[in-house]
Amino acid sequence: MTGWLDALIQGALLGGLYALFAAGLSLMFGVMRLVNLAHGDLIVLAAFAILVVATKLGLDPFVAVILASPILFVIGFALQHVLLNRTLGRDLLPPLLVTFGLSIIVQNGLLQTFSADSQRLRSGAIETASIPLGGGIAVGVVPLLTLLSAIAVILVLNFIFYRTPVGRAFRATSDDLEVAQLMGIDINRIFATAMGVAFVVIAIAALFLGLRANFDPTIGPARLIYAFEAVIIGGLGSFWGTLAGGIVLGVAQTIGARIDPEWQILAGHLAFLLVLVVRPRGLFPRALD
Amino acid sequence: MDDNAARPTQAFRIETASRASRAAAAAACIVLLVLVLLPLVAGRNLVQDLIFLFYMLALAQCWNLLAGYAGLISVGQQAFVGLGGYLLFALTLLGGVNPLLAIPIAGVVSALFAFPTALIVFRLRGAYFAIGSWVVAEVYRLVFAQFKPLGGGTGTSLTPAVTSSVPGIESIKALLDLRTPAARDIVSYWVALALMTATLGFVYLVLRSRRGLALGAIRDHEAAASGLGVDVYRIKLAVYVATAAVTGMIGALIYLQKARISPDAAFSVLDWTAYVIFIVVIGGIGTMEGPVIGAIIFYLMQRYLADFGAWYLILLGTLAILIMLFAPKGLWGLLSERYDVTLFSTRRRLVVDGKNGRA
Repeated sequence: MTGWLDALIQGALLGGLYALFAAGLSLMFGVMRLVNLAHGDLIVLAAFAILVVATKLGLDPFVAVILASPILFVIGFALQHVLLNRTLGRDLLPPLLVTFGLSIIVQNGLLQTFSADSQRLRSGAIETASIPLGGGIAVGVVPLLTLLSAIAVILVLNFIFYRTPVGRAFRATSDDLEVAQLMGIDINRIFATAMGVAFVVIAIAALFLGLRANFDPTIGPARLIYAFEAVIIGGLGSFWGTLAGGIVLGVAQTIGARIDPEWQILAGHLAFLLVLVVRPRGLFPRALD
Repeated sequence: MDDNAARPTQAFRIETASRASRAAAAAACIVLLVLVLLPLVAGRNLVQDLIFLFYMLALAQCWNLLAGYAGLISVGQQAFVGLGGYLLFALTLLGGVNPLLAIPIAGVVSALFAFPTALIVFRLRGAYFAIGSWVVAEVYRLVFAQFKPLGGGTGTSLTPAVTSSVPGIESIKALLDLRTPAARDIVSYWVALALMTATLGFVYLVLRSRRGLALGAIRDHEAAASGLGVDVYRIKLAVYVATAAVTGMIGALIYLQKARISPDAAFSVLDWTAYVIFIVVIGGIGTMEGPVIGAIIFYLMQRYLADFGAWYLILLGTLAILIMLFAPKGLWGLLSERYDVTLFSTRRRLVVDGKNGRA
């Protein structure tokens, strides 16, 4: 019984990581209707960026991510402004194929620069620290921080969306692009800003990806798939839904892994397909899309 | 009646073939004949290279029909390549079926798998469908990795008894005085050529048919097509299942030729989807000529640049992005716009004859 309870708790904590992956994707879906096939590779890219900043300057990853965030915001802003804005329109194909090409470029660029070796972000004692909950169950500090960060990221995103002028512009462009433009919104700049914010979320996701487990240049596509599954399970259009989706996915994976370690990933995919069959619009749908 | 009398008399004809396309058809027949006879004189390397070209072209035509016409942008076609390959291994190694018979059976079974798969992933629309199809391919990969009789996660090889049981090998050996592996390649070559030709023929006939007209309408504007009475869902379902069948057969052939299978290779998104997308995009999506040009370019790049490894893939990705941004209709689109030619004439043109014709 404790084993299952443990699986449930660890799954929920793992879900925090998936929610972080998914929050950036959800933001891009939400504001510019962009399905970014390079999302997972960008998370891995950010993890390497944090690694480089941390090792070159001898910093703790938590400090490195604060330094890397503004740089990543600018990269995201530029990527959207220079490249991705050109692809957005009625036709689905250009954004999909351009981000798919981007995924291949990022993946192989990382392979070329950092080789296929596994890397890890090092942060001293905190990595292995855990809090005993009694009954033989303990919670790792890093997984707990991951889930708390996911909640914090979602609180901040909701604050930006519903309490700030730029958030009003995000929601306006999302609701009706043409009317938003008529009201004087520069959508190119708004989209680029949204991508910049998404890149900061990506940096936070990358920090916990690198602290929790090893990473190498090839693991991006799987992170994209987890992020996507969390978004669809939760239902489009709500960040809290995305968090719930991430937790459902995480719990499905740890329960699958408890039955047979080889079934971890498969169990997550099957939970996703099951939700698709039973509730195609997700568990907590908001947007009609 | 008065209204009719007031109109100038006109005669209409709907033309599909043009002079260029008739010439192209004749040329295609000659090329096909040359290709059929080629292994009699060509070396083994060329034969193997052409097998690769043929199956990549066939896969590209399938993906083009899916994405270019039916609007189903799938990133998960490796599901059916791998499924076909595994079915071939299961049928021949475990079922004792003749490999050549196993290929069409793999096609039929792939279609049977595609149907329920479609019912699930079709709940995702547009761009979401793309990633959904990828998830399905991952599920297939993970399930086959659990299948111990075929080697589980590490995969397995075809036994020499199976690979040499392909009909025709013995007669080719005797006729051309070759060793078994070379004769095996020649049989695979002919099967690949036949499959590629059949795929081209199938896609062409589909596009020329009533359904093809509906597909073209869906490609141009889905909502308008639906408004004019096209049953969009049914046609998409039919295209998805049919391309899965063809893709499954190609997968079976690929792994008959490779004679070794593993889940990671058979369900590789890079090998069976990324390259295929690249071929279609470079050549020109939504045309039949595009994938042909794209496949030839891809074959040349693969042959001369693949040694550069990661840099080669970076180049492919960059090219795909540049084409999508600056020439979204691909190389064939650039050519056909400038010179107004079509080789596979799937478009219907209205030709107005008669004295008072206003054409």
